[in-house]
Amino acid sequence: MGKIVLKSVRKSFGEVDVIPGIDLTIEDGEFVVFVGPSGCGKSTLLRLIAGLEDVTAGTMAIDGRDVTAAAPSERGLAMVFQSYALYPHMTVRKNIAFPLKMAGLSQADQDAKVTAAAKVLNLTNYLERRPGQLSGGQRQRVAIGRAIVREPSAFLFDEPLSNLDAALRVTMRQEITELHQSLKTTMIYVTHDQVEAMTMADKIVVLNAGHIEQVGSPLELYNTPANTFVAGFIGSPKMNLIEGPLAAEQGAHAIGVRPEHMGIVSEGGWEGKVLLSEHLGSDTFLKVQTVNAGTLTVRAGGEVRLSHGDTVRLAPLPGKTHRFGSNGLAL
Amino acid sequence: MSTQSTRFAARLMVAPSVFVLFIWMIVPLAMTLYFSFRFYRLLSPERAGWTGLTNYTWFFKAPDFWLAMGNTLLLVGGVLVITVVLGTLIALLIDQPVYGQGPLRILVIAPFFVMPPVAASIWENLFMHPQNGLFAAVARGLGGQPILFLESYPMASVIGIVSWEWLPFATLILLTALQSLSSEQLEAAEMDGASGLNRFRYIILPHMTRAITVVVLIQTIFLLGIFGEIFTTTQGGPGSASNTLPYMIFKQAIVAKDIGRAAAGGIIAVILANIVAYFLMRGIGKNLDA
Ligand SMILES: Nc1ncnc2c1ncn2[C@@H]1O[C@H](COP(=O)(O)OP(=O)(O)OP(=O)(O)O)[C@@H](O)[C@H]1O
Ligand SMILES: [Mg+2]
Repeated sequence: MGKIVLKSVRKSFGEVDVIPGIDLTIEDGEFVVFVGPSGCGKSTLLRLIAGLEDVTAGTMAIDGRDVTAAAPSERGLAMVFQSYALYPHMTVRKNIAFPLKMAGLSQADQDAKVTAAAKVLNLTNYLERRPGQLSGGQRQRVAIGRAIVREPSAFLFDEPLSNLDAALRVTMRQEITELHQSLKTTMIYVTHDQVEAMTMADKIVVLNAGHIEQVGSPLELYNTPANTFVAGFIGSPKMNLIEGPLAAEQGAHAIGVRPEHMGIVSEGGWEGKVLLSEHLGSDTFLKVQTVNAGTLTVRAGGEVRLSHGDTVRLAPLPGKTHRFGSNGLAL
Repeated sequence: MSTQSTRFAARLMVAPSVFVLFIWMIVPLAMTLYFSFRFYRLLSPERAGWTGLTNYTWFFKAPDFWLAMGNTLLLVGGVLVITVVLGTLIALLIDQPVYGQGPLRILVIAPFFVMPPVAASIWENLFMHPQNGLFAAVARGLGGQPILFLESYPMASVIGIVSWEWLPFATLILLTALQSLSSEQLEAAEMDGASGLNRFRYIILPHMTRAITVVVLIQTIFLLGIFGEIFTTTQGGPGSASNTLPYMIFKQAIVAKDIGRAAAGGIIAVILANIVAYFLMRGIGKNLDA
């Protein structure tokens, strides 16, 4: 079980309102990802849920039990830190067994659980090593092992993969997803990596300056962003936002077109000159300076052979234009 | 510093310093050794010559020699225990975010800047003095008898004074160790359900072992030679109750003006220091390995 409900949770550090007020429900078994720009309060929100910070106002409940004032250990949550926070003087075995030892389990029970966790995480051969003798990915797995042996009602991850190289990130991402599928435990995952958010999440929570911009499944956020912030934040490269007369023509303050929804046409559309063209093989990213629509990013097929200075005509694919009002909200 | 050539270069470059330091050490040691086998009294310069082991045997036969040895070790051990335990506690305290943390830390470190004879005088006259001392005033205020610290508990008093002087050093080293502990480790332990006491025992204390080792080793070196505090306060007394090896050597050299015996005492002190160092390194030296 792990249903987490936040009601008007507020957090300020002295004068600064880091989180002005958040309402959020996380269902049991859900994989929820918090994304947002640096400094928007993702870690703070996670630490509030963990109990490592006190809320300034509001209430928090786990499985219907009010935990607003509960100590971290009483909440039944496990956290994986960005720096892993392994205990350097303990062997891997002792690291993983530490929460069990603190819970007062017998040595035999501890050993059994550690062995089982090590098997799941491929750590069996490393149990007698110290964290300092492990690679980044192995340390990450130890940190996860330390979290899963407690059988928590929810896992909290704070950018757990940001210290790993790209290839390992992909592997670990898949391992965590698989872990979620087999354990079916609630997971809250903080990241600023789009790909992680899109691939792993059941539900993405987009944060900006301490408040929630939108909550929804990855595809909901991609297809129907609630406002310009989400539109710009989700999707890579960023959505093109066009303001001015072109938007007014469609009765909006701004219109948004994703680079992958921008077509190259032979006539009509918006004329422009290619500023930059990046050939990735499968795709070509073009940066085009248009006459009326400003600078646009286009994701074209790998076969497109345009280079600096060429003239192109661009038009959004039909039905793929997002319209936003002057308050930034989608129309 | 791990390849063959860098290691060789490193050795080559430290060689001159090692050589100078070796000379620096070996010449006085050799002279002390030489004098320890000589009859050499400043009051009777006409009598000189080899005396074999008599300077040494005098020490071993002296009625208060073993007491002085014991006192020396007691002083070292007592001060180490007090400074490490109290130093850890104070470091934990002043690591907390409190109002006026800066000045507080300076206050804690201040005793270290007081010279040993001055510190001892302050303690003797302002605190422990049976008529004028603060402790006596407190004792009388509570309706009791003033304690005669230096007469009734000379070793404990000296240990107290020396501990007061060395506590800042221990606190400072232990505080820096404490501050280098990542807060995430403590938070992880908190999430893992460790109580405050368990966090101290399983996370903080292991993290501090190296710093504690450094404190123990450095303090031992200095504490073995403690002299000024005893000279200022008890003069090794009453009787020879607070006599230590350095104080015995001082009495032979300066009071009795017997350089031969003092030299023999010095050699005994060197041997004692090496025995202590041997056991220390065997016991806790491995904590220093990375
Ligand atoms: N202990 C603190 N005291 C004061 N301000 C803090 C404290 N912790 C965080 N903040 C502020 O709160 C804001 C949110 O910080 P937080 O660490 O939650 O950001 P984040 O979204 O996790 O960013 P990142 O992606 O860079 O990790 C920041 O502006 C930060 O400066
Ligand atoms: Mg963060």
